[in-house]
Parts: sequence; structure tokens; C-alpha cells
Amino acid sequence: MSPDAAAVATVRAVARPSALGFWVGFAIVLAALIAAPLVLPEFWRRFVTEILIWGLLAMSSDILIGYTGMVSFGHSAFFGLGMYGAAAALLSVKPPNLWLALLYGLVAAAAVAAFVAYFSTRLRDIYFSITTLVFSQIFYVIIFTWTAVTGGENGLTFSRPPLAVPGLFSIPFTPETLHWFVLAVVTASYLILRRIMRSPFGMVLQGIRENEPRTRAIGYHVERYKIVSVMLSGCFAGLAGVLYAVQNKFAAPDFVFFLISGEVVIWNVMGGIGTLVGPVVGAAFFLLLREMFSRFLTEYYLIPVGIIFTAMVIFVPQGLIGFLRRKLNQ
Amino acid sequence: MTIPVDQILIQTLNGIVTGMILALVASGLTLIFGIMDVVNFAHGELFMLGAYVGTTTMVMSGNFWLSLVVATMTIALLGAAIQVTTLRPLLGRDPLTTILATFGISLVLQNYALWQYGPVPRKILEPFTGHFNFFYLEYPWYRLVIALLSAAIITALYLFLKFGTYGVWIRATTQDRIMAAAMGIPVPAVHTIVFAIGSGMAAASGVLFGPLIGVNHAMGLDWVLKAFIVVVVGGMGNLGGSILASIFVSLLEAYASLVVSPAQAVIVSFVALILTLLFRPTGLFVPTPK
Amino acid sequence: MSATPARTAPLVAVEGIHTYYGKSHILHGVSLEVKTGEVVGLLGRNGVGKSTTLKTIMGLVHPTEGVIQLEGRPITRLPAYRLAKLGIGYVPEDRRIFRLLTVMENLRTGLDRHGVAESRKRELLDKVFQYFPVLAERRNQAGGTLSGGEQQMLAIARAMMLEPKIILLDEPTEGLMPRMVSQIREIVGALHAEGVAILLVEQNVPLTLEASQRVYIMEKGVVRHHAPASDLRHDDAVIHQYLGV
Repeated sequence: MSPDAAAVATVRAVARPSALGFWVGFAIVLAALIAAPLVLPEFWRRFVTEILIWGLLAMSSDILIGYTGMVSFGHSAFFGLGMYGAAAALLSVKPPNLWLALLYGLVAAAAVAAFVAYFSTRLRDIYFSITTLVFSQIFYVIIFTWTAVTGGENGLTFSRPPLAVPGLFSIPFTPETLHWFVLAVVTASYLILRRIMRSPFGMVLQGIRENEPRTRAIGYHVERYKIVSVMLSGCFAGLAGVLYAVQNKFAAPDFVFFLISGEVVIWNVMGGIGTLVGPVVGAAFFLLLREMFSRFLTEYYLIPVGIIFTAMVIFVPQGLIGFLRRKLNQ
Repeated sequence: MTIPVDQILIQTLNGIVTGMILALVASGLTLIFGIMDVVNFAHGELFMLGAYVGTTTMVMSGNFWLSLVVATMTIALLGAAIQVTTLRPLLGRDPLTTILATFGISLVLQNYALWQYGPVPRKILEPFTGHFNFFYLEYPWYRLVIALLSAAIITALYLFLKFGTYGVWIRATTQDRIMAAAMGIPVPAVHTIVFAIGSGMAAASGVLFGPLIGVNHAMGLDWVLKAFIVVVVGGMGNLGGSILASIFVSLLEAYASLVVSPAQAVIVSFVALILTLLFRPTGLFVPTPK
Repeated sequence: MSATPARTAPLVAVEGIHTYYGKSHILHGVSLEVKTGEVVGLLGRNGVGKSTTLKTIMGLVHPTEGVIQLEGRPITRLPAYRLAKLGIGYVPEDRRIFRLLTVMENLRTGLDRHGVAESRKRELLDKVFQYFPVLAERRNQAGGTLSGGEQQMLAIARAMMLEPKIILLDEPTEGLMPRMVSQIREIVGALHAEGVAILLVEQNVPLTLEASQRVYIMEKGVVRHHAPASDLRHDDAVIHQYLGV
């Protein structure tokens, strides 16, 4: 190999983030999460499981915000519909069936996503954001007031379905196995999403975020990509909703309120948009802050957390992951 | 199902009164957006804090009008402080960041109010009671006064913008921020002052509206959502449009609450927004550019 | 003690300016100067960075390197509104008058400054209406209803309201009829007679050579040639080389 070629190869190897490094890190984190229910007290075990679920929600929202450049305040609607869809399955069909809950939840979320997708192709930027916000409020009002079907303010409670393959076996979940189930679903989702975002499809989405007119001019049918993006995002958010329902055995309208969507956006920004991992970190960070602050300040934890968030928007807009990346590259 | 005529009349009046207050809130929002391209998510909280300052001043002084003035001034100053510390550094960045920053601020302000004032709603007493006769019905004087006062404040704003010295500066900055600066207009100061004016207007609305409902820390949420809807339906940056839209939407909601519960009547405004965005995206009352 | 006075600092001195638009490197080290009361021309093909140079001087774009001085004082990163107050007037390409403001209101944006007596304001208005009678006629009309030539006059009049020491003129004759072009030529002459310096960016080479004392020619983001206008009037070779005319 000529000296020049060797030099180029060396530079390339150093400059590109090592794939090996990523997988090693991934394996370590995964191992820690698998071990978690075995070593942590119940409260923290539950906390980690919830971080995983919210992390999935945050990831789904990153598809829209980070990759396609469409800021959606409507994720609470997708999440909520997934949750209520699962509730419907678990309440109406006896014995309660996990897979049916997943199906109902995903279908409900997909229906809402189709609705939002239709609008997403017609509205830009701020108008899209406000509309998604309005959508989550519409669903909130419907759910809140249609007491007969949705239980109104009090929501719905139901029992947790067992992990079952009809005809083969049926094991009720223990806290550990539930955690591992959630972990499996979230990890699989992450890997799938990662694959998709790195594919040509994902590249086009990023092209839409960077410069929509140019992407269109090159010949891509931007509307179709946006629709798929919204559907993808909505389905994974709905999946998070189903997991939440299964974990907590209740569904409540609070989760459909637009403030939840706002919190999701906060996690995305805090963690770093467009990284898939970032929003999960952001969610964990936010929830940890909330936990810490509420020990000292009870309900007013949002005051310091809100201040931290606002400061981050101004000074660290690339989020924690972006910040770390920069530090590591220096 | 027939609805008695007098209920329709009452709701018409209620719709107009609520519409005027909404117009006052929305004018501040649209002013801020028109000039600075800032979507002020914290606007509802400024409304709410204005109402709270109003309650405190009422308790100390017993004078409603004094409370109105004090609340407006205080919140205007707060708005100026917020703009200088958090929004000025964001000038020129992606508009998404201002939405996020103002959202963060709204969370802080909301919870601050909860912390300071507690969860129990407070009341502002009406400055005068008594009803007047509207056809054969009785309608409270105070509500009429709110509508008139809101109209007066909005008119004052309009006159200031059209004829005042600094009004020209503000309008020039709205149209072309770069050339305004090239003409020596201190654009950053103009932005701060406009934000302060918008905040003050929101606070005034809060105090005026206070006697109609309880003052509590979450009251801003409903209003900010409605105000956004109205600003979009009326045409963003269009003062006249947002006023018309405010009254239009409030009337629709008032009529709707004759048929469904008030909690459900809000869907009317949501539907109005969606229809507007689909068919007349520049604003219901703005002719669509060809 | 030296018998000859030290050379007075130029009114505006630009040294080694590098300006970027995003990632595009537009100015690669521009240096030029304008002395008090001088008319200086800035010529060059489209896209070489002439407008960007004016915008950098006016503080509308900030350079990454280099220094700009006004009367010897560094002004490099000051915001535009400070520079306007310090005496730099700017008349952009495509005029950019405030379309929804009336002619009077457009003028007032420059006129309503602190520390200017009402009588002085009236004098300035009278002067400008003398130069541009058509603006006096249309004083209550919205800027957007004026014709192209009238808008150009308004843009210049508006800058004059600042009583600037130097006016940066960006392609004032673009798109104007010949009659208007000669009116612009007269205005430049009149401003020069009043002692206002002018940095004139133009595509109209003959007009620039006639109106200016000195001329800079730019190419690809740098100043390539600099000569008194009188020399260039007869130097077709240079004109052809840089401007392809």
C-alpha cells in the first residue's frame, strides 16, 4: 500500500466513529438493563422500566423532530390511543390477551397517525406544530368527556395479561419478566429504527429536514416520505402506550394532555435530536431530575427543571449527546 | 330541540364579552409574533400571573382599577426581563428554539404560581355589581365594561402603532427588521418594548377576566391554546384579523355550549382552526394571495 | 516638527475583510478606503462580492476577519443601528423601502432621531422635497404604490434623513429608465457638493467613471485593481479585462 493510501486509510479509521465502539457500548448498557431487576429495589426497578417506556416514546418522536424536521406536539395522542386501545382489548376480550392488546393499541395509534399524516403534508413548521397540539387536545377532550366509553376523568383499570402463546403456554408476568419483556420490545424497536434511519429512506428524511425544497427538486416525493415518517413515529409511540398500559394496568386522560407532548419534546431537546439514543438519555435525565427534585420540593420540581430546560435550549441546543460528541471529538 | 331565544341572546352577549378579552390576549400574541417571529408559549402564564398580581393588590388596596394598573405594569416589566434574558440570545436562530424556550418558561411560571399562591383558586371582586336591561333580560354591567375596556385598550394600541412616533419604529421593524436597523432604529430595544406591551396586555386581560372565574395557576393553558387558534384563524401578524377571529370563535363556542357541555364546546375552536388551515391557511379574514 | 500635515485618516477604512454567508466564503480579504467627501466607485461582475462588501461595512453581516474603521475608530462588529447613528447611510439593491408605510413615515424612520431640533427636521424635509419633488406630491401614499424610480428616490431620501457622513449606494440605477438614471447622477453630484462621501456600487460603468474620483474593481471576493477614475475613463483594456464590457 502506498504511503498516501495508508495515510488516507488511517485518517478514515480515526475520523469515523468506530462501529465496534458502538456495539461494545450497546452491549454494556443492555447487560446493565438486563441485570437491573435483579439488583435494584422494586421502586427503582419500576423506575427503570418506565424510563424504557418513555424512552421508546421519545425515540418515536425523534423520527419526526430529529430526522424529518417536523416538530410534533401530538405524541401524547399516539401514546394515549395506544394505551386506550390496549385497555379496550384487555377489558372487552376475556381472558385478557397480550397480543390482542398490542394489536388494538397499534391500530388505534395508526388511525390517529393517518389523520395527522394527512395534515402534515399540507402544513409547514409552526402551523403543523400548533395543529398537532390541537389534535392532542381534541383527543383529550373526547376521552375526558366520553365517560361511558373511556371512563372519563378516572380512566380505565384492568388486569395485566399473561405472556401467552395461545395453545402453548401462558405465564403471568413477574416484575422481572415484565421488565425483560419491555426491554426486549424497546431494544428491538431501537434496533429497527436505527436500521431504518441509516437506510436510504432515513437519509431522505434528513434531506427533508435540512432542505426540503432541494430534496423535492432532486425528485423525491416529499409528501410520501412525510406520511411514512408520521406513521412510523405514531406506531412506535402507540407501542409505548401499550407497554405503559400493560405495565401499570390503567389508562388515564392525563397522558393525552398536550403537556405530555411538551415533555416529550423536552426530552428530545435535552438529549439531542436526531440521534435516537439522545431522546432516551434526555428522558432518563428529565425523569431523574424530577425524582430528585420532588424529594426536596414536592410538586414544584418543574420550576428548577423548567429553568434547566430553558437554559439548555439557549446554551446547549444540541442536547446532552451532541454536547458529549463535541467534547469527545476535541 | 328548541333553545329559548333569551338563552341565545345571553350567549351572544357572553360570546362578545369573552371574545373581547380573547382579542386582548390574542392582540398581544399577534403583535409579538408579527414583530419578532416569536411564538410566545408563555403568554397564557403572563395572563395568569397578571390575574394573581391583581388579587394580591386587591387584597392590599381594595381598589380594582389600581390592581389593574399595577398588574399591567408589573407583568410588562416581567415580560421585558424574560425577553432580554431568554429571547434576545435566540434572535436569528431556528424559530423552534423560541417555542421551546417560551414553553420552558411557561412551565416555570405556572409552577411558580402554584408554589406561591397554592392550589386553591382565588377571587377578584367585581368593581361594581348590578345589571342593566338588555331587551327584556338582565345582564351584568361589569361584563359590558370588560368588553368596552378591552376595546378601548386595543384601540389605543392601534392608534399608537399608526400615529405614535415609536409606532412608526415598531411598524418599520415588523416589515423589515434589517432596514429598520440600517435606519438607526434600535431593533433590540424595540423588541423588548413590544414584548413588554404584549405581556402587559395579557396581564390586563387576566385582571379583567378575574371576577368572572376563579384565578388559579392553570387558567393560562386554556387561554393560550385559544389565543393561538385565534391568531392563526385571524391570520398571523394581522391585528384586525385576530380581533374578528376572537369574537367569531367565542360566539361559536358560546352557542355550542347551549347544546353540549362547556368542556366539549372547546372543540368548536379546534374545528375552526383545522378548517381554516385546510382551506384558507393565511387566515379566515385575509384574502388568500393569488 | 514636520511641515507637511500628517495624512488625515480616511473616513471609512476597510482592511482585510473576510465574510461568509453560511459556508460560502464570499469576501477573501477586501481592503479599500473612502476619504471624507469623496465619491468612490466599486465595480465588478455579478457575484464578486460588491454588495456583500457594503453590507459588511453597514454591519448587516459580520466579517470573520479584518477591521473596519470609521474616522479612525474601529467599528467592525457594531450593530447596524449604531452605525446608522454614527453617520453611515445605506441604500440597498432593490431599495427595500417600507412598503406599508407612507412616504412621510419612511422618511420619519430616519428623521426621528434624538437630539435633532424640530427646525432642523423641517429643513431636512424641505431639502429632500426640493431634490425629489415627486416625493412631496406623494408624501401620504404608501411606499409600495410608488414606481420603481420613485422608490429609488425614496430610498436615497430616507438615507439622507440620517444626515450621514457617507452613503453606501448599491446599484441605484438598476432597472431605471434613462431619464431616472441621469437624475440619480445629479443626486450623486449634489450630495458630493454637500460634502457627503459616497461608496457607489454599480453595473453602469460610464456613470460610475463619470461620478467618482477613484474606482476599485473587484473580482472573486478581492479588490484587483484600483485607480483614479480619470485614468480608467480611457483605459478600455482594464475595463474589458475585469468587466467584460
